[in-house]
Amino acid sequence: MKDKLDDNRPIFLQIKEQLEDSVINETIKPGERVPSTNEFASYYKINPATAAKGINELVNESILFKKRGVGMFVTENAKDILIEKRKQTFYENFIQPLKNEARKLHVSNEELVDMIKEGNINEN
Amino acid sequence: MRIDVKNLTKRYKDKLALDNISFSLDEPKIYGLLGRNGAGKTTFMEILSGHIIGSSGEITIDDENPFDNGRITESICLIKEGNNFKKDLKVKNVLRIYSIFYPNWDNALADELVKEYNLSPNAKVKTLSKGMESALGIIVGLASKAPITIFDEPYIGLDAAARKKFYEILLEEYELEKRTIIFSTHLIDEVSLLFEEVLIIQDGKLVLKEEAEVLRNKTCSVSGTVQEVEDFIKDKDIIGKKQLAGMMTAYVYGDMEQAKSAGLNVEGVPIQELMIYLTENKGA
Repeated sequence: MKDKLDDNRPIFLQIKEQLEDSVINETIKPGERVPSTNEFASYYKINPATAAKGINELVNESILFKKRGVGMFVTENAKDILIEKRKQTFYENFIQPLKNEARKLHVSNEELVDMIKEGNINEN
Repeated sequence: MRIDVKNLTKRYKDKLALDNISFSLDEPKIYGLLGRNGAGKTTFMEILSGHIIGSSGEITIDDENPFDNGRITESICLIKEGNNFKKDLKVKNVLRIYSIFYPNWDNALADELVKEYNLSPNAKVKTLSKGMESALGIIVGLASKAPITIFDEPYIGLDAAARKKFYEILLEEYELEKRTIIFSTHLIDEVSLLFEEVLIIQDGKLVLKEEAEVLRNKTCSVSGTVQEVEDFIKDKDIIGKKQLAGMMTAYVYGDMEQAKSAGLNVEGVPIQELMIYLTENKGA
């Protein structure tokens, strides 16, 4: 959990991303309860309507489901759905900025590919 | 309760404090009312609370004028920067008086907060420190449970820990029961995450009214070479721009993704910064 949220990006997105990260790295597992709107609101001192928006979007994307009167829980397929979604945005979020910077520095395509091949993503 | 403001103007001798403003607040939300010193915020809140009347135009709460209107004024609690209470009253008597005036008054909450803020019930208002007097204002505002509760810079002299406590309890109360809370402050960074909607007043005019999340999403600062930035912003609504050594940063209403794909450096603009850019440029 982050200690503070940024005021320069939509808060509901930050709540959403945090929950997504928790599901992807399995700090919250399928079937487990996630913090409620009010728990998020008190923790971060944010407007509860805003926290609710982040959580509701995850419900719409089948990452969370609601048990009436009990709370919000992580669905069985949540992690798979999220990984698929993150892969789709991987290009624009990570590769595109990398290419922009490479262009600025006159790094050629070949040089860039060579750099990517260095090391192994399964290390560390 | 629904608040409608229509062409409201307030003139003091040679100064126009409110200049023909119109808007509606139709839902119980936490509203941030922001602006520079002398922008007209306090005048607006005093008219809304029925303490003074406008020079022209009107303000209605559930279709009724708040001025000299008992049914409406018991639904509104305005806590000002200071001098909220008679100096010779004791703390417990202040609370007693307000508990009679406000039909939704929450005695248990008031007692809890008096302990929380270490106020002694028998102390007279004039013996309280600035911070203590502010704390008493906050207690009355929260415990009033008035459907429209207005805090106008309510915490002169209140330390950071006490302010944090105030935000916590404000949120708790708001979660329990939604009400319209209008919050005016210069400590924007501290409270901007509480706001659901933001209003900015400048020179008596309403220059912005928008949901906080939309602002966070739609206002961005874009940086790059002067040429790149100029190209990107030419069809945009520009809040401000500055340049140095061939590089330019512009503050615009625009789509962050679009700016990113144009290869520009993009960041969101915090509400505090937005307020500064918006109110700096006017009249400059």
